[in-house]
Amino acid sequence: MNIHEYQAKELLRSYGMPVPRGIVVQSPNEARDAAKSLGGSLFVIKAQIHAGGRGAGHFVGEPACSGVRLVRTADEAKAAAYEMLDRTLVTRQTGPHGRVVRKLYVEAGCAIDRELYFSMLIDRAERCIVIIASEAGGMSIEDVAEKMPEKIRKVAIDPLLGLADHQSRELATRLGLHGSQIHQFAEIVRSAWTAFTTLDASMIETNPLVVLKDGSLMALDAKMAFDDNGLFRHKNIQELRDPNEEDPREQEAARFGLSYVGLDGTIGCMVNGAGLAMATMDIIHEEGESPANFLDVGGGASKEKVSAAFRILLGDPRIEGVLVNIFGGIMRCDIIADAVISSCREVGLKVPLVVRLAGTRVEEGMTLIRNSGLDVIVATDLGDAARKIVAAVRARRVA
Amino acid sequence: MSILVDHDTRVLVQGFTGAQGTFHSRESLAYGTKIVGGVTPGRGGQTHLDLPVFDTVEQAQKELKADATVIFVPPPGAADAILEAIANEIRLIVCITEGIPVQDMVRVRAELARSQSLLIGPNCPGVITPDACKIGIMPGPIHRRGHVGIVSRSGTLTYEAVAQTTALGMGQSTSIGIGGDPIKGLDFTDVIEMFMADPETESMIMIGEIGGTSENDAAYLLQNSRVKKPVVALVAGITAPPGRRMGHAGAVVSGGNDSAKAKIEVLQSAGIHIAPTPAELGTTLQKVLRG
Repeated sequence: MNIHEYQAKELLRSYGMPVPRGIVVQSPNEARDAAKSLGGSLFVIKAQIHAGGRGAGHFVGEPACSGVRLVRTADEAKAAAYEMLDRTLVTRQTGPHGRVVRKLYVEAGCAIDRELYFSMLIDRAERCIVIIASEAGGMSIEDVAEKMPEKIRKVAIDPLLGLADHQSRELATRLGLHGSQIHQFAEIVRSAWTAFTTLDASMIETNPLVVLKDGSLMALDAKMAFDDNGLFRHKNIQELRDPNEEDPREQEAARFGLSYVGLDGTIGCMVNGAGLAMATMDIIHEEGESPANFLDVGGGASKEKVSAAFRILLGDPRIEGVLVNIFGGIMRCDIIADAVISSCREVGLKVPLVVRLAGTRVEEGMTLIRNSGLDVIVATDLGDAARKIVAAVRARRVA
Repeated sequence: MSILVDHDTRVLVQGFTGAQGTFHSRESLAYGTKIVGGVTPGRGGQTHLDLPVFDTVEQAQKELKADATVIFVPPPGAADAILEAIANEIRLIVCITEGIPVQDMVRVRAELARSQSLLIGPNCPGVITPDACKIGIMPGPIHRRGHVGIVSRSGTLTYEAVAQTTALGMGQSTSIGIGGDPIKGLDFTDVIEMFMADPETESMIMIGEIGGTSENDAAYLLQNSRVKKPVVALVAGITAPPGRRMGHAGAVVSGGNDSAKAKIEVLQSAGIHIAPTPAELGTTLQKVLRG
């Protein structure tokens, strides 16, 4: 799960991370008032969306207007907010459709001497939490990795010992920090570590982490992501979820415990198991059509879950056909068949439906489908199912 | 022969009396697995499915001396259940639970490295040696004893490989789902090494997916192995968009070399046969075996 920059900064501040003073706003007048109350003669107005690359991004129809603006006065802050709010921002992480900006973060500007990079994440190859740092801050870490890999420094944290402060001090000296900055840096790493481990984070990134003209360190940007599996023990983090940043179909699916990812194709898929769901998408692609979604109904799907899955699939106007592919292990094929039949009757089936069932109680399931009187195309195996749905969708286009 | 489990494997069940533990223990017992008892804290001394229930793994092991344990404990307590099994030196730990926090698994991995225990999973279907021992949630009847070793990150795709090799009469020596989480126990390389050393296993099917680089590690191992056995591989997720989690916690394309296409190229260059579609795992292997 991702959260906004302003939320990440508020959280990290509470763990002792130095971040700029800022106020989140939702209207131009609020932006002006925020600038006034922050005071000073430099303000940064930052679009709050769950995607990086905002500074280099632009608003739809306004190539000169980016997602991060520098202004000098409260009135300029108001004018900038007017140009940003409720408009669509496109960055290299949003895709061409972009995201609508509903909130802005107004921050006090500061005088920067150097930009560094600092992040903490779980490294699956090392099987532990690692720190990534670089003296090349302010640019995307992917670009640094590609152009100057020698400037990326990685430190693994022992899962049983935890963070040792000497690791942070050593890293500080390698980044060219000196004097009291070494202690400041160690404290920043310590605060990130405490937040990371307390909150089941999966990523904390500050880019840039800056050295100010007065020699102190500050996280100018902050990004946090959380392990979905750990959310059950962090109610306060769950409350930070922003439904505006999520696909409504995915939210509807999540309410029923379904795992759903919307894609751009036309063949809806309902599958049990994540691997088989991906493989089903792949085989549709191999047959020359595109999947409309990834949908894993899970191991113990109930009738309600299957009906919900059907409603979500058929509610997508681009859908030209549906493929149901179930390999019953825990899940019984007769229960699936029953749920598919009643969902078809309830939701109304207007596109071709191919059903492939295998595994536990497959005979009973197939008999139910055949005797239902519904216009369901039955498939014997995965390859057969993919060929049949592709053929049916194409026949319908011609007709 | 087979790997990891056989007729004589004595199995303990952690989370024995819960709905999942009960259902799958009954299924495994019907399959012929030697389940010897279970653990549910607070219900020690009771009998469940005609088998003894203990409060702790420590107490269970004093009496049962199990070789393996299977964990159905829900996510909040699952990592602790694995640690309990490690502390009591159970040789093989199979964790079925889906949804364990990643940082819990980081600690479990570190503890596992200091022990002699082997872990399969979490978030996996388990391990089966057909007609001998089924530990996990896979449907028993689709299996048939034979000579193909199957190892997979996905549960239902494992069943797909099993059903196809059964239908073609090849059968399985042992089939293992290693699970879909980013931090887990046995990985492809560990299982492939066991299959290489097992005389009953004559060929292998390996099913990977997007995310991580363990398929690439497997390619390197197979390329440099002195023992040569035919291997057919599939990598699911060619159509998966980057940066999105596809169901499994570990299935996210996050760099360049963890996409399905990149992995397929690495596997092919190591001389591993790629099944053109998930429906052709069995037939591809059959073609390779017939030369």
